[in-house]
Amino acid sequence: MSYHVIVIGAGSTGAATAHDLALRGFRVTVVERGEVASGTSGRNHCLLHSGGRYAMRDPESARECIEENMILRRIMPEALELNDGLFVALDEQDLSFKERFLAACEECGIPAREIPVKQALALEPHLNPNILAAVQVPDGVFEPFRFCLSFLATAKHNGATILTYTEVVDFVFQGRTVAGVRVRDRRTGEERVIGGDIVVNAAGPWSGKIAAMAGVDVPVVPTAGVMISVGRRWNRMVINRLNMPGDGDIIVPQRRTAIIGTTSWRVEDPDFIPIPEDHVRLLLDRAERFIPGYTRGGIRGVFAVARPLVGRRGVAADGRELSRTFECFDHAVDGVEGFVTITGGKMTTARAMAEKAVDVVCAKLGLEIPCRTREVPLLSYRAFF
Amino acid sequence: MPTWQLRLLRGRPGSSPRLETYPVELPAEAYLIDAVEKIWAEQDRSLLFRHACHHASCGACGVRVNGRERLMCITPLREFSPDRPIRVEPLRHFPWLGDLLVDVSPMMRRMAEVGFAIIRRDELTADRPLPEGIEQGTRFEDCIECGLCLSACPVMAADEDYLGPATLAAIERMRSEPRDRDAARLLALADDPHGAWRCHSAMECTAVCPSNVDPASAIGRLRRWLIAEKLRRWFGGGR
Repeated sequence: MSYHVIVIGAGSTGAATAHDLALRGFRVTVVERGEVASGTSGRNHCLLHSGGRYAMRDPESARECIEENMILRRIMPEALELNDGLFVALDEQDLSFKERFLAACEECGIPAREIPVKQALALEPHLNPNILAAVQVPDGVFEPFRFCLSFLATAKHNGATILTYTEVVDFVFQGRTVAGVRVRDRRTGEERVIGGDIVVNAAGPWSGKIAAMAGVDVPVVPTAGVMISVGRRWNRMVINRLNMPGDGDIIVPQRRTAIIGTTSWRVEDPDFIPIPEDHVRLLLDRAERFIPGYTRGGIRGVFAVARPLVGRRGVAADGRELSRTFECFDHAVDGVEGFVTITGGKMTTARAMAEKAVDVVCAKLGLEIPCRTREVPLLSYRAFF
Repeated sequence: MPTWQLRLLRGRPGSSPRLETYPVELPAEAYLIDAVEKIWAEQDRSLLFRHACHHASCGACGVRVNGRERLMCITPLREFSPDRPIRVEPLRHFPWLGDLLVDVSPMMRRMAEVGFAIIRRDELTADRPLPEGIEQGTRFEDCIECGLCLSACPVMAADEDYLGPATLAAIERMRSEPRDRDAARLLALADDPHGAWRCHSAMECTAVCPSNVDPASAIGRLRRWLIAEKLRRWFGGGR
């Protein structure tokens, strides 16, 4: 096949899309203005979602999460810590959600089981001893940089070209059809045109800016969140609050550390996000309710990044009400051919996002090539280098 | 809000690098990576630097800060004074690509040669029962392949073919928890003039490691084991 597809962005979505395209036989070029995963994907909470977090309010996203969670366990075993997760009730209000949570998990196909509080405290002795209930789910933890590198390493092995430190500065049109992109090599300052049959915009919270370069609108809402890394690991499993998703309700252990998150507010420019001090205080405060003493004297780093949520009309300003599911936009409906945007979603669902985007690419070109990314194991991230 | 003075090494291969000063306004609670990212966002889009996770997991943002190897993401600005410049330069002993950016692929290829597994048995919570359905507690290896130890190691400056502290520490980890790797091949790699015997015990690797690997001690253990193996082979009549 001689079709050439250009993917903009080497975060999780772009990386998985490049892998899917290469497996289906396309010629692929990925352009990324910085390092791999230097945007939203790198500064991730590192939570391989079981879907539990979204089961009650966002079942579509919850189903996507559990399905992809199980696929990633097969194709990316070397980049995952698999110790499960716990949803714990800290007060009576949390407890009142328990039956609904268990039913919602069952409805979404998430294997959740309640365990006695005593057993939960034996598993996690640093947990607040006053918890009222605990539910075990198949959460996991990933390493975000290596997550993206594994997809890209495999894509590269299958012939894809990955251009980091290469920024898209403009689109090249033939009439109303996108025919390629003009890029600047940030190392040399040189600009050149890369021609392509289709351009896939996988720029996460920047996808609105990229789409605007092509003269189309993408309803992406950059919604920032703060996370705090503590330099100790007291929990083996991911600890979540049994309630509707809110601020400061997840502690993800990783290596010898843990990451407390997160908050949610809309930002205009995702390039640099100043960290609100009150968010940091709130997160520390909330984490102490789960695991008393966790945050005292052990803060290693604080970071913030924007999620690429897909906007809907009449939604609250903090973004918690927006679905974590993803969408693929074929901009032919906006009058621009040869241009597709894939955005929204979770890092956990990156493979499914890629499948959807490449299905759209195939349909646009009149091709019927089945997706194989569910079965094909990824190479080690080190094969990228 | 304080204004910090960052002196960044700038330039591209083929021209002589220079230090340039950038004032950056940020609270003392921010980290060096925030300052560098802010310079890129607001002052100079041509600035090259590596970063991804911002919490010392990915190992991408290693640089030298006032001459010492650090990860920018866990270097808090409050360590410095706004009236003294903070000098930031790329890691040594890697091919330089421009500004703060280096090519880490030589290190990654060596780690790949060792087959260093990223997942290990979790010893931190080993005193607890396992959750139902979990066969073994696992976690990521401590080494994040950031390259700080290679940059700080004086032997790396003298011997390009030296395996280096990260790789030797990886071999020691694979020796103590083999995970189906070929132990004999690994030990042959370590037992080499450019392997474990090349280390001068300068301990710089352990001093700069941001992730509890302690390569210097690992190299010591590897050497003791290599000696014991040799003695056993000479006097012990084989296996």
